[in-house]
Amino acid sequence: MNQSRRYIIQLVMILTGLIFLVKLFSIQVLDSKYAEAATSNIIHRVIEYPYRGLVFDRNGKLIVYNTPQYNLIVVPTEVKNLDTAKFCEVFNIEKEVFIEKMEEAKDFSYVQPSIFIKQLSNQDLAYVQDYIVDFPGFDIQPRTTRAYAQPIMANALGYVSEINKNQLKRDTLDYYRQGDYIGQSGLEAYYEKQLRGRRGVKFKVKNVRGIEKGPYEDGEYDTLSIPGRNLVSTIDLDLQAYGEDLLQGKSGSIVAIEPASGEILSLVSGPSYDPSLLTGRKYSQNFSRISSDTLKPLFNRPLMAQYRPGSIFKIIQAMVALQEGVINPSTRIVCNRSIIGCHGPHSFEDLEGAIKHSCNPYFHNVMRRVVNQGVSDDTYEDTRIGLAKWRKHVESFGLGSPLGIDLPNEKSGMVPSVEYYDRAYRGEPWKYSNIYSIAIGEGENLVVPLQMANFASIVANRGYYYIPHLVKSIGDNGSPLPKYQEKHYTSVDPKHFDVAVEAMASVVESGTGQYRAKLKDIVVCGKTGTVQNDPMPDHSVFIAFAPKDDPKIAVSVYVEDAGQGARAAASIASLMIEKYLLGATERPFIEEYVKKGEFLY
Amino acid sequence: MRRGDSILSKLDWVTVLLFFLIVIMGWLNIFAAVYDESTNPSIFDLSLNSGRQLMFIATSFILIITIMVIDFKFFDTFGYFIFGGIIFLLIFVLLFGREVAGSKSWFEIGAFRLQPSEFAKFATALAVAKFIGDTNFRMDRIKNQALLFGIIGLPAILIILQGDTGTALVYSVFLLVFFREGMSPILLLLGTAAAIIFILTLLVSNHLYLYGGIAIIAAVIIIFGKKSIRNIALTLAGAIVIAGVIRSVDYVITDVLKPHQQNRIKALINPDADPLGYGWNVTQSKIAIGSGQFFGRGYLNGTQTKYDFVPEQSTDFIFCTIAEEHGWLGSFVIIGLFVTFLLRIIFIAERQKWRFARVYGYGVACIIFFHFAVNIGMTIGLFPVIGIPLPMFSYGGSSLWAFTILIFILIKLDAHRMQVLVR
Repeated sequence: MNQSRRYIIQLVMILTGLIFLVKLFSIQVLDSKYAEAATSNIIHRVIEYPYRGLVFDRNGKLIVYNTPQYNLIVVPTEVKNLDTAKFCEVFNIEKEVFIEKMEEAKDFSYVQPSIFIKQLSNQDLAYVQDYIVDFPGFDIQPRTTRAYAQPIMANALGYVSEINKNQLKRDTLDYYRQGDYIGQSGLEAYYEKQLRGRRGVKFKVKNVRGIEKGPYEDGEYDTLSIPGRNLVSTIDLDLQAYGEDLLQGKSGSIVAIEPASGEILSLVSGPSYDPSLLTGRKYSQNFSRISSDTLKPLFNRPLMAQYRPGSIFKIIQAMVALQEGVINPSTRIVCNRSIIGCHGPHSFEDLEGAIKHSCNPYFHNVMRRVVNQGVSDDTYEDTRIGLAKWRKHVESFGLGSPLGIDLPNEKSGMVPSVEYYDRAYRGEPWKYSNIYSIAIGEGENLVVPLQMANFASIVANRGYYYIPHLVKSIGDNGSPLPKYQEKHYTSVDPKHFDVAVEAMASVVESGTGQYRAKLKDIVVCGKTGTVQNDPMPDHSVFIAFAPKDDPKIAVSVYVEDAGQGARAAASIASLMIEKYLLGATERPFIEEYVKKGEFLY
Repeated sequence: MRRGDSILSKLDWVTVLLFFLIVIMGWLNIFAAVYDESTNPSIFDLSLNSGRQLMFIATSFILIITIMVIDFKFFDTFGYFIFGGIIFLLIFVLLFGREVAGSKSWFEIGAFRLQPSEFAKFATALAVAKFIGDTNFRMDRIKNQALLFGIIGLPAILIILQGDTGTALVYSVFLLVFFREGMSPILLLLGTAAAIIFILTLLVSNHLYLYGGIAIIAAVIIIFGKKSIRNIALTLAGAIVIAGVIRSVDYVITDVLKPHQQNRIKALINPDADPLGYGWNVTQSKIAIGSGQFFGRGYLNGTQTKYDFVPEQSTDFIFCTIAEEHGWLGSFVIIGLFVTFLLRIIFIAERQKWRFARVYGYGVACIIFFHFAVNIGMTIGLFPVIGIPLPMFSYGGSSLWAFTILIFILIKLDAHRMQVLVR
């Protein structure tokens, strides 16, 4: 009776077993998601952030170092019985913010720690530490951020901040992780690879309560963190601080270079900001304030501000003309002010006198001789050939393209080309009379202050330069990047530079520079420039190097809207030279004059 | 059959062997579940579940020997008496028992705790077997059926009162026994249908679809069926009843079930909704099982169980340990072992000439089957989490002893099957 029902019951049992085996096959063999979840359950990646490299000045003084900061991290599974109201009160956040951050953390992972509040300050930490035990699942994770010995040099140093989404996307080597710090500008960005070091990862096994159970696979996958390399900067911190002080309240830049090596002694951009504002918890708040400032403190003027070179350019014109053989140092030209305006009492100067008096008609004539050498009978064609030749010479002085300083965002300036004028005149023929304003450094020429300092360096070296750079040693006893160890000669024979040196010496001795740039025991060579800036007041420009024999420092100074080069710029440049060579100025009245800042009268 | 033959030669050694295989595997896996490499413990350590389980295994030999020594007719003769005794204990524990994790189902005797509801299973199986085994028993009598439901309902209700719904549910499996003994399959089918409707109601959030589906099925039956008034009325009535069931499921879920029971059902349907809350058990259990992959991580190398991600890992979730450390192959072996064991018991039951013994055999098979199906089903997310152990495998003295008694009474009865006159 009911024998067949036996088989039904047996069938039910066998089917149940089969269903289990099929389901298990799908969970265990077909679906790897569970195995992954298991790994993420037990393995906790403990990241060891490397110590970012320090930056020293040329005399071994610390400029940039690291300071501990603390992140509040959370592991959502471990958060239990949290008194949310208390938590919000202790950390001073809104409840909505708390909920939002908690959701974000859960989205990331339930069992892996994620950052809940970034960069608690030391004061916050002291307060919060007493409460943290009441909030299971939350912990304090130390990180380091940048700190600065002095509130200066912000634009040259740059800043470090958390890597953004675009940068993460561009990181094809897949080095960075969300939350990593990266140099965003200045040296921090340029030497990011050297400074960052290598992140270490330790894989640790934890049980369900987060208690560590030892290394994963005996630490086989662990890597040690390697600290970043220190940088020894070429900067003279005292000189830098002095320069920043002098430029206080002004817009402009000071670049000082050691001519023999191309090492930048100071790189001042004004106005600037305190670099420590862009570290720590207030970073985003401060960043938006600084970046929206109408005075553009983030604009690194020495490399990015492009000006017309003005009268300084006349020295280059002289060098090119000598090299082309169209004049010699004793060539005299009438100061014919009907062609182009001039200033000061002079009428028929030789080359040195023309440079000293900044004679416009002289260089108008010199440029014509360079450009129209009669190679072709066609004036238009002859001009094109001449301009191209001229441009090659000018470019050999490091103009018209970025010099290659070890900072990002260097601008190239401009040396007008044949093609440029073809475009500008839209195919209409043009000749020297159309373009003559470039002869005296106006017109289409553009330079950045760094290029002008480098030019002063070239004259100081009598014909060569090293690419200006800010780092003389990667690592404590290293060397600069190879490209900074190469000598670059201009296309002008070094023998022609003596006349430039003599002319610049006489500018300071008895010319426009004699009132504010002349020093008692040091022979300073300089050249003023007054860059037209309609309708605003002219920019005050001065380049100089000193001492005349065996120069130790070459300087370019730009002070915007400050009138004649002989006033603001010449004063600042000579003060920088004094400071560097003597340690302090012997002319406190000049210092006072600069600090007072009234240059228009 | 010669009298005086040793009982040993008459035992069904296949069953005995399978039983001990399962018990030993259980013991080894209990050790794996509690193993902590940092302390490098011994499997015999009495402070660990594995050490205690070994003690329970050892003591179960006393039970086995006792059962073997007792006259086999004792279980028939005293069937109701044993059942009555257990019912008394169930009432007693309700009054004086100790509450553990919300269930008042434990006696505490010194350091040991005893759970009478575990022993109620074999007692009920005996009572059912005795009732059906009676010469005058006829399954088609409504009165008999009612009494049978009374026999399984009485302990079930007492256990529900103790707060242990999971164990109480085991008694529903006696429906399979009744079915084997001639009860109409309608009840079983209705029960299955109700369960399907129940789950559908939970799975489909918009009940309009369900009502629509019922209406369409009803319409199809009416259109294509025999168009008698009786058929149409029955179909319509059926449709309305099912709709009513759907309507009431919500009520049951929200108003009758306890919150933790609601959550277990929710976790079954969508464990990812709150993986840290009510979905934790099922999620972690599946992660542990899934991480075993085909070959497993190796004995004592399961990270999920070792580091306590799976709750109740030496008792209700012991299967996770096997699945993680021995992979699908291990799962296959265990499931194969259980199914073989079940089929062997049915084989034994079927070879009994004595109806009492056969019904009891089916009781044994069905009780073990229910535990096996529900326990493994819940660990792999096919059933809601119902806290019942994997028979002979999970850690626990009461449970192990109860199953030992359950199985060895059958083996004892089987050993004497030739001495029984066909009635």
